[in-house]
Amino acid sequence: MADVIEVGAAREEAPPPAGGKGRRGVTQRGSRATPYLFLAPYLLLFVTFGLLPILFGLWLSVHQWDLQLPNRPFVGLDNYRDLFDSESAIYGDWWSSVKATAIFTVFSVPLLVVIPLGLALLLNRSFPGRTFFRAVYFAPYVLGVAVIGLLWRFLLDANLGLVNRLLGAVGLPADTPWVTDVPWAWVSLVGVTVWWTSGFNAVIYLAGLQDISPELYEAARVDGANGWDRFRNVTLPGLRPVMLFVLTTTILASANVFGQSFLITQGAPGEETRTVVWRIVDEGLRDNDAGRAAAMSIVFALALTVISLVNFRFFRYRED
Amino acid sequence: MIQNELSRRRLLGLGVGLGAAASLTLAGCGGGSATTSGGAAGNGGKDYTGPKVDLKLWNGFTGGDGDIFKKLVQQFNTEHQNIAVAVTTYQWDDYYSKLPGAVSSGNGPDIAVMHMDQLATFAARGVINELDDVAKALELNEGDFAPTVWKGGLYNDKRYGIPLDMHPLGFYYNKSVMQKAGLDPEKPPTTKDDYTAALAELKKAGVQGFWVSPFQFTGGMTFYSLLHQWGGTLFDGEVQKATFNSDPAVEACTWLVDMIKQGYSPANVGQDADYLALKAGKNAFNWNGIWQINDIAKDPNAQIGVAPLPQIGSQPAAWANSHNFTIVKQRAADNNKVSGAKVFINWLSEHSLDWAKGGQIPARKAVREGADFKAIPNVSTLAVELDYAAFPPATPGLGEVILTFYNSFNEAALNKKSPKQALDDGVAKANKQLEDNRKKYGS
Repeated sequence: MADVIEVGAAREEAPPPAGGKGRRGVTQRGSRATPYLFLAPYLLLFVTFGLLPILFGLWLSVHQWDLQLPNRPFVGLDNYRDLFDSESAIYGDWWSSVKATAIFTVFSVPLLVVIPLGLALLLNRSFPGRTFFRAVYFAPYVLGVAVIGLLWRFLLDANLGLVNRLLGAVGLPADTPWVTDVPWAWVSLVGVTVWWTSGFNAVIYLAGLQDISPELYEAARVDGANGWDRFRNVTLPGLRPVMLFVLTTTILASANVFGQSFLITQGAPGEETRTVVWRIVDEGLRDNDAGRAAAMSIVFALALTVISLVNFRFFRYRED
Repeated sequence: MIQNELSRRRLLGLGVGLGAAASLTLAGCGGGSATTSGGAAGNGGKDYTGPKVDLKLWNGFTGGDGDIFKKLVQQFNTEHQNIAVAVTTYQWDDYYSKLPGAVSSGNGPDIAVMHMDQLATFAARGVINELDDVAKALELNEGDFAPTVWKGGLYNDKRYGIPLDMHPLGFYYNKSVMQKAGLDPEKPPTTKDDYTAALAELKKAGVQGFWVSPFQFTGGMTFYSLLHQWGGTLFDGEVQKATFNSDPAVEACTWLVDMIKQGYSPANVGQDADYLALKAGKNAFNWNGIWQINDIAKDPNAQIGVAPLPQIGSQPAAWANSHNFTIVKQRAADNNKVSGAKVFINWLSEHSLDWAKGGQIPARKAVREGADFKAIPNVSTLAVELDYAAFPPATPGLGEVILTFYNSFNEAALNKKSPKQALDDGVAKANKQLEDNRKKYGS
C-alpha cells in the first residue's frame, strides 16, 4: 500500500518509469514462453521415449518385422488377427498368458489395496517402536525382483524348501507343490508379491492419512461417532484420491507382472503361469517377431487403458 | 532353451542371483540389415600382416570357463602385436536377445561365440559371415569332428561356424549315497536292469535315487536323451514335421515319468533341486551337463562321480550341443578386421586343449585323441559319448520349437497330462511353429 502511495506521489515529478509498461510487456512475453520452457524437458523425454515408440510400435505391428531380415513385409492386421484366430500358432500361448495375468491381477489387487490400508492404519497410531515397524514393513520393497524371486524360489521348493519343512514340523502337509502346480503356484506368486510390495502402498496410504485434518475426527467424535463410523465417514472419504492412485497403479503393476513368475515358477506347470509381458518379451526378443510382439503390446495397453478409465469413472461417480 | 545352461551353472556354482533383469529395451529403429562383403577377406586365417586392428568378442562363458577363455585371449594378444581382442561376457539368456539389436545398430562384436543350434537362425538372418575359407585354411574337414557338429555349422551348404567344443549330458552319481544303500560306488549302473535294480536298493535304504526335474534343466534334457535311446527323433529328417509324439518317444517319456509314480523320484521337483539334492546326499543319480564337472571338482570329499549316460533304451544316446566361433557382419565392412578375426579363430582352435580344462570337450579329433586330453579327469570320461551324441538339428528359428518340446515334457512330468496327450499337444503346436518359420525364412 505504502509503495503505491509513494509511486503515486512521485508521479508528478517524474514521468512514469520508462521501463514500467515495457517491463510488464517483457514479463508478459516471457510468461507466454515460460510454461512451455518448463514443459520442454519433459515433453522432449515424452516424445522421445513415449510418443515415438508408440507410433513406431503401431508401424511395427502391421509388418512382419525381424530386426535382421532384409524384407519386412507389410501384413496389414494379420498380427492382430493371429491373436484372435484359434488356428494360429500363437493363439494358445497368447490367451494362456492373458489368463495367467488376469488370475494374478484379480487375486493380488484386492489384497494389495486392503492389506496396506490396514497396515497404514496401524502404523499411523502412536506406539513405541513405530518408526521401526514402518521401516520393517517397507523393507522388502527395497529389494529387487531378482533377489526376492531367487529367495522365495528356494524357500518354496516342494522337496527342499524351508516352507514345507516348517509346515511339516507343525503337522501340516509337507509336500505342497508351491512352485510347480496350480493353484499353489498362484498362492505363492500372489503371496510373495503382497509381501514384497505392500510396504509401498502402505506408505502412500500413510501420507494420505496424515493429510486428513484431525479436526474432522474431533468433530465426528463430538457428534458421537464410534471408531467404525469415523473410519467410514472420515477416513475413507479423506483417502479417496489416494485410493484412486493406489488402485490404478496397483492394477497396472499387477498386470505387468513378469519377474516373479519368470524366477519363482518359471512358467510351470507347462506355461500356466507365463504372463503377458513375458510372452511379449519372448515373442519380440527371443523369437524375433517384433511385429507380433508390438501387436500384443498394443492390445494389452488398450485393455489396461480401458480398465483405468473405468476405474477413474467409478471413483468420480462416487465423488458426485 | 539351450542358452540357459551356463548361467544355470553359475547360479548353482556361486549361489548368486540370476540377475535376470530382463531388459525390455526393444532395440528399436534398426537401420536396415547389415550388409557387407567381408566374407572372403584375408587368407582364411593363416596370418595377418596389415595395420593393427581392435576386435570385439562376445561370449556367454560366465562360469570358470570364462577365466580360462580370457587367459587364452591374453596369450593370443601378446603373441599378435597387430591384433587386440577384447572380450565381453553376457549370460547366454541375455546374449542371444542382445546380439541382433547390437549388430543392427552397429555396436555388435566382430567375433561371436554361438551354440550350434543357433547358427542357422543367425545365418538366415544375415548376422554372421560365411567361413568356408577358414575351414579350408585350417584344413578342417568332416573327419575331424563328430559329423553332426560339422554339418551343424552349415546353412544352405555354406559354413558359418567353426566348432570349438562339444558338451554332452553326463551321468552324475553320489558315491556315499550309493554306499549307504549297499551299492558299489565304483560301479555306476550302465544298463536299464542295473539302473532300476540300483533304484530299488536305494528306495529300500530310504533314498529317492533319481529325481526327475520337469524343467529343461535337467529333466527335459534327460528325456531328450532317452527319446533318442529309444530310437526316436524330435523332427523328421528335413525338419518339416515334429515327431516327438512317436511310439518310442511316448515310451521313453512314460518310463521317465514312471520314475515318479514308482517312488524313485519325488513329484514336483523344482528347478535345480535335483542337482542340489544330489550334492546334499538326498539324491543318488542326476543326468546333467558336462559343465557341472567344474562345480563338483570344488567338493573336497569328491563324493560325486561322473560316467557316460547309462543305456536305458535300445541304443546309447546323449543330449549334446556345441560352441562355435562366428564372424559377425558389420554395417561398414572392414576386411582387416575380418582377416584378424580369422587368425584369432584359427589360433584358438589350435589351442583347444587348454579350453578343455574349462570343462568342454575339444571339437578337434586330433586334440581329443591326444594323451594330454585323456589326462584331464572326467571331461575325457564323457568324450566317449560323442560317438552317439544327439545334437539338435540346424534349422532357422528352431529354438522356440524346441522349447515347445521341453514344455510338453514339463506337463507330463508334473502329471498335468498323460505322456501321450502332452506330446501330441506339443507336436501339434510345434508343427504350426515350423510352418510359420518356413514362411518367415523361406526354407
